[in-house]
Amino acid sequence: MNSNNFFHDNQDIGFHLKNMDLSRIVELKEDNFSDYKTHDYAPVDLPDTIDNYKQVLSIVGDICGNHIAPRATDVDLEGATFKDGEVHYAKGTSEAIDVLTKSELMGMTLPRKYGGLNLPKIVYSMAIEMISRADASLMNLVGLQDIADTICKFGSEEQKERLLPDFAKGKLSGAMDLTEPDAGSDLQAIMIKASMEKDGNWYLNGVKRFITNGCADVHLVLARSEEGSSDGRGLSLFIYERDKNMKIRRIEHKLGIHGSPTCELQFNKAPCELLGRRKMGLIRYTMSLMNGARLGIGAQSLGIAEAAYREAKNYAEARSQFKRPIRQFSAVYEMLTDMKVNIEAGRSLLYETSRIVDIKEGLEERIEKYPERKSDLRDELSRYSKLAGLYTPLVKAFNSEMGNRVCNDAIQIHGGVGFTTEFNVERHFRDQRITNIYEGTTQMQVVAGAGGVIKGTVFERLNEYESTHNFEKIESIFRRAKKLRGDLEMAIGHIKQKDDSIFSEFHARRIVEMATDTIISYLLCIDAIKDERKEKVCTIFVGKAEGRVKQHMDYILSDDLSIVENHTEIIDT
Amino acid sequence: MSGLNIIVTVKQVPDTHNISGDAMKEDGTVNRAVLPAIMNPEDLNALEEALKIKDLLGGKITVITMGPPKAVQVLKECLFRGADDVILISDRRFAGADTLATSYALKCAIEKIGGYQLIFCGRQAIDGDTAQVGPQIAEKLGINQLSGIMSVKNVDTSSITVCRQTEYGQQIVRSNFPVLITVTGDANEPRFPSVKKVMAYKDTGRLENEESYDEAYIESENKKIASIKEWNVDDIGADVARCGLGGSPTKVKHIEKVVLTTSGINHIQGSDAGISELIAELKNEHIIG
Repeated sequence: MNSNNFFHDNQDIGFHLKNMDLSRIVELKEDNFSDYKTHDYAPVDLPDTIDNYKQVLSIVGDICGNHIAPRATDVDLEGATFKDGEVHYAKGTSEAIDVLTKSELMGMTLPRKYGGLNLPKIVYSMAIEMISRADASLMNLVGLQDIADTICKFGSEEQKERLLPDFAKGKLSGAMDLTEPDAGSDLQAIMIKASMEKDGNWYLNGVKRFITNGCADVHLVLARSEEGSSDGRGLSLFIYERDKNMKIRRIEHKLGIHGSPTCELQFNKAPCELLGRRKMGLIRYTMSLMNGARLGIGAQSLGIAEAAYREAKNYAEARSQFKRPIRQFSAVYEMLTDMKVNIEAGRSLLYETSRIVDIKEGLEERIEKYPERKSDLRDELSRYSKLAGLYTPLVKAFNSEMGNRVCNDAIQIHGGVGFTTEFNVERHFRDQRITNIYEGTTQMQVVAGAGGVIKGTVFERLNEYESTHNFEKIESIFRRAKKLRGDLEMAIGHIKQKDDSIFSEFHARRIVEMATDTIISYLLCIDAIKDERKEKVCTIFVGKAEGRVKQHMDYILSDDLSIVENHTEIIDT
Repeated sequence: MSGLNIIVTVKQVPDTHNISGDAMKEDGTVNRAVLPAIMNPEDLNALEEALKIKDLLGGKITVITMGPPKAVQVLKECLFRGADDVILISDRRFAGADTLATSYALKCAIEKIGGYQLIFCGRQAIDGDTAQVGPQIAEKLGINQLSGIMSVKNVDTSSITVCRQTEYGQQIVRSNFPVLITVTGDANEPRFPSVKKVMAYKDTGRLENEESYDEAYIESENKKIASIKEWNVDDIGADVARCGLGGSPTKVKHIEKVVLTTSGINHIQGSDAGISELIAELKNEHIIG
């Protein structure tokens, strides 16, 4: 029997599935289990739904461990290639997509009426983590199910019926075309033009760069639809279906994720159609699309970290020096412990964020379906929208930075051989390096998250944690977590009191990191109530978080602005 | 005719690939209680060939297994991968069957199903390793057989061309329908289950009262199969005398536990002379040549 199952061999995913309360998400997602009448694979009640989630994850874990992971080295070596104007996937990439398609896993989050599995984001995150652990580059292609999600959310019924069933069947692949040579972090600077011609149709002219899977069948293209505009309000999102009017100019030669083709595209009067409303392209649809993708990167970086950690652990057990396996030396076991603790921390944050996004999206769907209930649900939706807007950048930033540290240490534990291509860790390290860059750099996540931290959204959620859980059992460690909250409050108070935009901008990253450490400490305390081992994980995390939070707080309170004042001189001379 | 009617035979076996300490009893027989029961690996290859043909030409796949009630699990595995219909052949009177009695019972079931063009079997099961059941079914049905195939080269609505592994090389053979084919593990990489089918069929169980469900079952082509069809000796019109232990001329006289041990190490010099010596010894022991 197939033994390398990435779901069954991961006790921490199992811990969360066993202990998390999915009832609210399932209630929103399944709406009285009405799909059962029309779809034989729809669940009939809550236990049936949760069992379905486990069945899906078990099959994904089987495919990841027994099919995808064994091919990942070859995919990395062969990479996606570009020849005669067309992109070709590596052999292993095509085979993996074929296997996932045959197992009907290409429409995981789409509604059943379009052939999807109607899975919540929390289960999707688990699946994406496993796929990334097996082959990070494959995640970039599988994760583009977000394109279909965006069409599902904002497209017309005609667009949905035309495109979504084929996405779910794996017949259509997607790409999101945002970045341009001069518009990366600053998407407001987008130049590509969409113009309506006399025939009443829209056409695209211009260049897009760094487009993952630019060879896809269906593209969502962010383009300037309003002649003469120069900011984000002049941008709309367009559905472009591949034809001869778009040329792939080249693909990038990259440090990692070789299996995922990154394309430069030239649109020459390429026909397209508007998605949703004009001028809402960046403000509404791209933000939604990017938030979905950021959650995906949170899962991807976690999966790569998990893979690297396991390589490091195995090596530290097998490698002997001074007549002992090296994992017995404190210098090594501390690294391994920190890696594991931070991976579990990232997982708790990922699932909490996924849960928030699920409730937010569930409420949105509910309101769309039953407009008469809008007034009942509006407050809750507004609360969860704010939380999703805060947690999504936090998990993207934390997991990708953490994942990079884990991969770095995984090579360190391997020593010299880790630097060679004989071992998998160098691949994980290379693949991981992009995760804190794309879908918005960590620096951009800080910009996105800082507002919610300073305005106090984070404390609203911490209050909820405090009021809905009984921390008596782990009182001493919870007291230390609360102290972190106190430090964060003090630092924010100080920044607010300054009322100086330069000061708050300068400390934004520190504030966001303090908030993330505090949130994770709370989440691990909640885990610790349920499990003694988790209490130990929590204690180790909080112990190290205390040092980081204090250091940040001291620096903020010191009012030392010498970097702001002297950076020009220091850098230039 | 739209597509082909294909029958696949499968078997639930103890997972002898993952033998642990107490997997063998004192008397040398397999302790089935401690080994997980799985679908025989080459039967998955047989099912995969059937599914590939169905993907290509359309048609219907019916899977049968003979075994105790818990063998429904392997039938569910087949539903999860795309089988259209599954039947459990189960009856205490089938117990203790050797390959002769097994192939007789399966032949009776296949005749009851009727109307088939192709029968796929795994080459052999990992518990008995006889590779006899498939060929014996073909013999009893009086149809062509192609055993031990490595790949299907071509298939259309009237014939199939396969590549067979033989002791001396490979044979490319074509046969008209009906034909029984036994498939080796090299033929393909079996697909993983479809998540939708798992969700649809995971609770499918055995039928307690077969008769009352029969009609509903036949109609359920596009709906969830509520329960698995079960046939006993009488249902398939078999002669009881030819079934089970009574119908099995094979008697196990003695089972011996063979423990492979090394009896010393020969060091071979890394020279031409040393290598010649090694080759001579391997020839002498009939390991090569």
